[in-house]
Amino acid sequence: MNYLMRRLATFPLVLLGVSIVVFLAIRMVPGDSITAMLGTEAGLLTPQQRDALAAYFGIDQPWFIQYWRWLLGLFQGNLGISSTYGRPVLDVILEHFPLTLELALLSMVIALLVGMPAGIFAATHNEKLSDLGVRVVAMIGQSTPNFVLALLIIYTLSAGFGVLPAMGEFSPLWQDPLRNLGQLLLPAITLGFAFAASVTRISRSAMLDVLSDDYVRTARSKGVSARGVIWRHALPNALIPVVTLSGIEFGYLLGGAVIVEQIYALPGLGRMVLDAILQRDYALVQGSVLFIAFNFMIVNLLVDLAYVALDPRIRLSEH
Amino acid sequence: MVRHIGKKLLTGMTLAAMVAIAALPVQASAATLHMAWSQDATGLDPHKQTAFSSLRLLELIYEPLVRLDANLQITPAIADSWQFSPDGKELSFRLNPKAKFQNGAAVTSADVKASFERILDEKTGAAARANFLSIASIDTPDPANVVFHLSQPDVPILTAMSDVNAAIVPASEIAAGSIGTTTIGSGPFKLEKWDPNSKEVLVANKDWAGGATGVDGIDISVLPDETAILAAMRTKQIDFALLNDPLVATLVPKEASLQLNRVPVLAYHVLQLNPSRKPMTELKVRQAISCAIDRQEVLDTASLGEGKVTGPLTIPALATDPKQLFCYKRDIERAKQLMAQAGYADGFSATVIGATGEPPTAAAEAQVIQSQLAEIGVKLDIKMMELNVYVDAWLKGDFDMAVALNGGRADPYTMYNRYWTKTGNLQKVANYIDDTLDSLMQKGRTETDPAARKAIFADFEKHITEMSPWIWLYTSYSYTAQQKNIAGFEPVPTGSLFSLAKVTIQ
Repeated sequence: MNYLMRRLATFPLVLLGVSIVVFLAIRMVPGDSITAMLGTEAGLLTPQQRDALAAYFGIDQPWFIQYWRWLLGLFQGNLGISSTYGRPVLDVILEHFPLTLELALLSMVIALLVGMPAGIFAATHNEKLSDLGVRVVAMIGQSTPNFVLALLIIYTLSAGFGVLPAMGEFSPLWQDPLRNLGQLLLPAITLGFAFAASVTRISRSAMLDVLSDDYVRTARSKGVSARGVIWRHALPNALIPVVTLSGIEFGYLLGGAVIVEQIYALPGLGRMVLDAILQRDYALVQGSVLFIAFNFMIVNLLVDLAYVALDPRIRLSEH
Repeated sequence: MVRHIGKKLLTGMTLAAMVAIAALPVQASAATLHMAWSQDATGLDPHKQTAFSSLRLLELIYEPLVRLDANLQITPAIADSWQFSPDGKELSFRLNPKAKFQNGAAVTSADVKASFERILDEKTGAAARANFLSIASIDTPDPANVVFHLSQPDVPILTAMSDVNAAIVPASEIAAGSIGTTTIGSGPFKLEKWDPNSKEVLVANKDWAGGATGVDGIDISVLPDETAILAAMRTKQIDFALLNDPLVATLVPKEASLQLNRVPVLAYHVLQLNPSRKPMTELKVRQAISCAIDRQEVLDTASLGEGKVTGPLTIPALATDPKQLFCYKRDIERAKQLMAQAGYADGFSATVIGATGEPPTAAAEAQVIQSQLAEIGVKLDIKMMELNVYVDAWLKGDFDMAVALNGGRADPYTMYNRYWTKTGNLQKVANYIDDTLDSLMQKGRTETDPAARKAIFADFEKHITEMSPWIWLYTSYSYTAQQKNIAGFEPVPTGSLFSLAKVTIQ
């Protein structure tokens, strides 16, 4: 319990650090909201016009004053107003997040459903042809960039079969579950392919490690069935690296799968952040990066807690 | 085994069914045009927005006093007639009595006056203000007539008024400070919904003075990847699309059900030299670069030949045949001689900047130029940048050379005064002052006789290509793709999609 409290207590500090880094980084990049809106036409502005637009975008003050104002707002639960959307940043983030969360969950489900059985299968058929087959597929999965896979899927479906998930307007799960799943299935497969490959490789090697442990040999000599050894004795211990990997991957996916969202035209968090950076929508970039960092920390914490649940030998240190 | 096959079949069928269900078109009336583009508008204030994608959306909602047709001739919009006074210092408009804003109010001279006053007010931050500085005062003798008094004869001002950046907005909305948050124009469509970077929904404006529109509405989807746009057109999810990438556009004619519309545009691809940096300070070095570049090869390699080699003037009625311009036929020997005469027989090193993906051909253009200039000993280092970073460097004139796609205008003065006059706002970008160019631009501004104007700008074009501060390369096409059952779209050199107002689905 103390451990949990201590971890939670570090959150504000980490978030403060993240906010300062993001705040400075986005302002250090050349160009600002004015050039993002006007492009080269910004050169036609007089100094007075430029000042007026800077005031409009809230970038007319020195950076530390801008930061202080933003921080004060943050303590009041106000992440600012997005200059692109003209609405509160938190509203915009929460509007885009469900899609990203759903996509991340779906990809993880696909990765675990495919990757773990494949990894276990490969480990129990170590060095046989079937093991080699699984390893080759996993290698292909890990080394294929997801944009290549996405474009291949889109091309094959549209040119070969004349079908394609509806693009452009996204249907939330609670409005039209079937249509929603249809729209997210292919992006989830695209993301899940590489994810499943990683899960396969890590579960295979973890399983191989565990299968050579003494307690597994003991279980076998006691006459436990092959299936019982794998599922009851070996698997729970082999799960720890899989949980770590899945946790980290899931944390990344919660930050948005920029390329896949871009290709499948899904209005998720990743695409939103990318557009916000390109349009120098400072408030939205700051707010969403903070939100993503927060999610990542929560996922990490859950992974740590899962260790304890999986392996009673691990005690979260009091020191 | 049979069970396994059965399971696989079931899984396959479920997957196919889900994709097929998701592929069903969005529920809408039959006469809704489903459209896609890869870049969305960046805002809704017609006076402030200058991005190509914003203008394409806003010109369907707002109207200027006049507009340009496919031949770049001025035609009526809110104004049904106009006239310059004999001394060229007064420009009068009579407004169309049927013109109405989408809130039902008639468009009056007071709205015109308020709109131009807003553009001219520095607090607005309207980039187009630079085109209207000659407006000394605006008179509104009655609600249907408006008179602009100019401080000097200004022929190009009428063309500048055809831009959506000079749109007429309701005076009441200006007073309420709601321009950019509400969209009340007088154009053919009303904006019902805008979900930035995702979707726009336009519905027909039944009160539009231009008559009935051909469709009930337009649903615009933002599909950032143009190959995905093409895929969506193959499956008939999308009726009409705007394309930027020539590599994607050239795939459209291969699809039997699709049609590609292309029209040469006014924007031009150019290699900008920085004549304030050594050795581009030397006329002979700049001329050598001009002679060493094979413009047709740049076009063929970077843009699959999709375009046309051009001089500075891209307006068809005024353009000079490029063959008559300085060193438009590649001449490596002459280039080497010029380099030697300038004292750079061994060449020099320089950096060329470009914006990633803007235009999509930028990197390829830089690479072709790099290999061509290597033949005269110029070692080019290519530096590709994110658009905003590039714009920042470009505006500061902080480059040796830059590959650029610069916007064109229907009038050469509006197009180039910003760079080549002594008071031009972008003089710092061009970094080149030339009395002859300045004087020709001033003459072109006040000359009302079309033939005399053409001669002035022909001299301008000849002189600037000889001085070679920039190396003009080619103009490309504006591309739209459509299903073959869409009729009535007329592509125009400005890239405007205004004719969607009359498009029908058959």
